Amino acid sequence: MDPVLRIINLQVSYYTDAGRATALDGVSLELNPVEKLGLVGESGSGKSTMALAMMRMIKPPGRIEGGQVIVGGTDLTALSEEEMLKARLSKIAYIPQGAMNSLNPVMRIGAQMMDAIFAHDKSISKDESTEMSMQALESVDLKRSVFRMYPHELSGGMKQRVCIAIGILLKPQVIIADEPTSALDVVTQRQVMETIDKVQAQIGAAVILIGHDMGLMAQFVDKVAVMYTGQLTELSTVKDMFTNPMHPYAKALIHSLPNLENKGVFQGIPGLAPALLRLPSGCTFHPRCEHVMEICKSQRPKYQRLADGRYVSCHLFTDNA
Amino acid sequence: MSKLLEFLNVTKVYTSGSFFSKPTSTTALSNLSLTLNENEPTILTVAGESGSGKTTLAMLLLGFINPTSGQIIYKGQDISTLKGEDRITFRREVQAVFQDPFGVFNPFYPVDHLLSVPIKRFNLAKSKTEARDKMVEALTAVGLHPQDILGRFPHQLSGGQRQRINVARALLLQPKLLVADEPVSMVDASLRANILETLRTLQTNYGVSIIYITHDLTTAYHIAKSIIVLYRGSVMEAGDVDDVIKHPQHPYTQLLIDSIPWPDLSRRWGETEIKARESESSDIITGCRFYSRCPFAMEECTQTPPLYRLSEHQAAGCYLFKQNPTIEPGQLSELLPV
Repeated sequence: MDPVLRIINLQVSYYTDAGRATALDGVSLELNPVEKLGLVGESGSGKSTMALAMMRMIKPPGRIEGGQVIVGGTDLTALSEEEMLKARLSKIAYIPQGAMNSLNPVMRIGAQMMDAIFAHDKSISKDESTEMSMQALESVDLKRSVFRMYPHELSGGMKQRVCIAIGILLKPQVIIADEPTSALDVVTQRQVMETIDKVQAQIGAAVILIGHDMGLMAQFVDKVAVMYTGQLTELSTVKDMFTNPMHPYAKALIHSLPNLENKGVFQGIPGLAPALLRLPSGCTFHPRCEHVMEICKSQRPKYQRLADGRYVSCHLFTDNA
Repeated sequence: MSKLLEFLNVTKVYTSGSFFSKPTSTTALSNLSLTLNENEPTILTVAGESGSGKTTLAMLLLGFINPTSGQIIYKGQDISTLKGEDRITFRREVQAVFQDPFGVFNPFYPVDHLLSVPIKRFNLAKSKTEARDKMVEALTAVGLHPQDILGRFPHQLSGGQRQRINVARALLLQPKLLVADEPVSMVDASLRANILETLRTLQTNYGVSIIYITHDLTTAYHIAKSIIVLYRGSVMEAGDVDDVIKHPQHPYTQLLIDSIPWPDLSRRWGETEIKARESESSDIITGCRFYSRCPFAMEECTQTPPLYRLSEHQAAGCYLFKQNPTIEPGQLSELLPV
């Protein structure tokens, strides 16, 4: 199977008064159709920057410095602004954090959905686009009557599902969901995630789920990528990640999770994530790492594929590659 | 044994609607009774989804709003009638840590401000050096390095650090009771552990009772001794946190627990089906609050169920357990281990 999404050496920097901050430092990954990838990391690790870069929505002082984002054979970074407008939603859709607050309060849900359709194809008839919108609403388990409603008539979970419906209107090949449930409680969260699961299988899209809730990742995704200071530290299947994480940071992250067995044991990660303007030399995790070696302080480890198919960037595993 | 805090049949009803429209009322908390004892510091979790009345409970407890009916007694006095010296003591002894560690700081002042103002207000220190010593002590107690914190501005600190400064501020005042309203929900998962650990040290080392308000049952399980599960203002289930979370009995608690995404691959979520929530504004006055979403709804559920005692430390408000003995709402505290 050909990967539907390929990101090659993507780089993003923000130019601030205090200097240049590299928010995304050469990230590469591939994703197959219908695959679900979880992207986790602490705040400031570059998760959202990566989503925005893929959508080409980085605003100044930020800039995409290099790299490619290839969706179904099209290199998004090479498109003109006009073409990129069309590609958004039809090739790659983005459900931002707190998407439910992005609905226009004075427009009916239906009008907002049809807006999105007409922006891409003016030749579609009104009846046809109404039908498309209704079907999208049904596929996220909302009633057709929602089409005529205003956002304030819906609960948070319903609004979030409307946003998912808008996201899948034009059957994109890749859906990026940035913490789609962070403002919702557990029951609604489950409902929203089950909806995403269902519709992505229907339209055969790949999903990137961004978040820091490892529990949600364990329940939802196929593969997990761990980010730290704008770099991928480890990418492996969800099973490998939870049973045998390899990178010391991924390991610490997994072990800091509460579960039912170790009641009352709190294990955080010592130290703080470094500021992007003052990154440590060598491996950026070395000041917090318990396996730190001399080489880690001077040389940045390569992000490389191991024998069992996972990707790790750590000097501990250089020999296994 | 003296009582620190008592809720006596506390009900809070919010009414909305103008002069012209028919007023609608929402019961945010219905007939809750609760007792915390002074010499048994404990951590009690109040859990529930949004709109369950958790935050109303915190606001009532802090005296920000008054109950519609019932009384809240702090050390023998109704908190709505506290005056002068007593009120200041109450303000000092009952402290809060709120959800948003970003909103409580004034961006124009260094973070010291948050610590020095209460010292001044409550006359905790005679001199500047003493005030500084107190600040250093409190920051050290929550696991921060004072030299990294004092003199810095809020934007220079991470969410986890700021939240711990909030805990330090509460600690500075040597409270008897700490109300923590979702203290870790806006903090990164890797820092949550540190803050929870700090809260627990407060309870064990400083004898502070903590009311931990959350929708996150995973953290509740790890930090608390006992739990009260609320749904739209009514107690659904209460008891020992181990019993309630490992063996939930009430259909609502079962749904909640089943929906927790455990970071455990062998434990899949989604065994029970979710029934969509009815309109949020409608308020059914009679009957079980969970009726419209309950998979086991029966005819008798249109009457409000009492709490049925399931074991020494567990009770559920559901007719599925009607063969068990009932307990009065006022006896709720007896169920909760300390």
